[in-house]
Amino acid sequence: MNLPERPVVAEEQLRYARVLEWGARIGLAAAVAAFALYVSGVLPGRVPLEELPALWSLPLAEYLQRSATPLGWGWVKLAIYGDFASIVGIAILASVSVACLAAVLPVYARRPDRVYLVLCILAIGVLVLAASGILVVKH
Amino acid sequence: MTDPNRPRRCRVPTALPAVAIVVVALSMVACAPDAMAADVPDVGAGLAWWVWPLALFVVCFALGIVAVPAGVGGGVLFVPIVGGFFPFHLDFVRGAGLLVALASALAAGPNLLRVGLADLRLALPLAVLASASSIVGALVGLALPSAMVQTALGITILAIVALMASAKKSEFPEVAAPDRLSAALAIHGVFHDVARGENIHWQVRRTPLGLVLFTGIGVLAGMFGLGAGWANVPVLNLVMGAPLKVSAGTSSFILSLVDSSAAWVYLNQGAVLAIIAVPSVAGMMLGARIGARLLTVLKASVVRRLVLVLLTVAGLRALLKGLGIWI
Repeated sequence: MNLPERPVVAEEQLRYARVLEWGARIGLAAAVAAFALYVSGVLPGRVPLEELPALWSLPLAEYLQRSATPLGWGWVKLAIYGDFASIVGIAILASVSVACLAAVLPVYARRPDRVYLVLCILAIGVLVLAASGILVVKH
Repeated sequence: MTDPNRPRRCRVPTALPAVAIVVVALSMVACAPDAMAADVPDVGAGLAWWVWPLALFVVCFALGIVAVPAGVGGGVLFVPIVGGFFPFHLDFVRGAGLLVALASALAAGPNLLRVGLADLRLALPLAVLASASSIVGALVGLALPSAMVQTALGITILAIVALMASAKKSEFPEVAAPDRLSAALAIHGVFHDVARGENIHWQVRRTPLGLVLFTGIGVLAGMFGLGAGWANVPVLNLVMGAPLKVSAGTSSFILSLVDSSAAWVYLNQGAVLAIIAVPSVAGMMLGARIGARLLTVLKASVVRRLVLVLLTVAGLRALLKGLGIWI
């Protein structure tokens, strides 16, 4: 019996998959490594671990005030502390899709597939807008 | 010669969660005596700080095991259960819930794309709208009073239970002709169905309606941190007519974009606590791996019923907590 030939997967999907795979690995590894250093005490937290149970049940606005946590990208400056170092890995995970979309742009541009080129740029724009910190809720 | 479309075995991602768990668990256990000796202030149940992330890891591991055979994403289980029965504020639970759903989607994405079960042409138009609306949902969710969000979450979870219990699935929906928009965007494809041993050609219908529904789904995903596979799959499969496997694969891929946008809003608002997010992500990912292996052993219908009961209890708990009846 002749089995049907497997369908060819589009070049952009394979490229997207490659970037996604590596980005997710790096993000997860960074988050877990930093977290291990944090909870083992190697990297001290900005908010001491022992104080967290008194804070994590508070509403966000009250938590931010009592822990003096900055909004937006202010956490980057605090990445020397264990709790914020772990956020770096999480931020990588949340940014992987931008890298993937950017990687497939040249494929759509070369084809040319203007509609999907624009859709990719729009998707990147939405993610960058979300990450920009421009859109914040004032408490 | 190697087949470029053949899913490759990835040893690092499969090993990484396991290594991660061991490292995290050992770290927490290693510092536990210090924590106990430090005379920790009794808050909530009066337990030391490290008990909660450890419990969170164990619970998420268990949720990850049942999520795969039940055919649901981790986020929809995580938020109501952890929000209802752990001492963390719902704002932080929703932030972690989005990351749980995001990490699962990112981990599954590469293979789904390589075998054609996630389709970029189908996903992109829907994901652009859904990720934009998820930002709105996240901002609204963080601005509303907690009790209101908790009540709305309870109602949403109970509605999801009703949807999951009643929704039919169509493995290969009949789409006689594509709609004009999907034809213009060339949204169609072919995938190899291993079970049938044949290539399945597919096309979609009602794309404008799909776009509207995905905009609404994005708002809910951002507002409650639920992920949205429970809604994505029925819309792709039943409304738009994509085959069930393509719907499930593409849904997971769309989640990776939608949850990234919403997760950034929570990150920038300071609503992501590493102590909650990292054990949850690690536990859920390891559990999901075990769940995938148990897929052939466990009876999916029984697990699905168990999950529906769990979700009903968690949904009622969220509703009653929001209404101030069961704090």
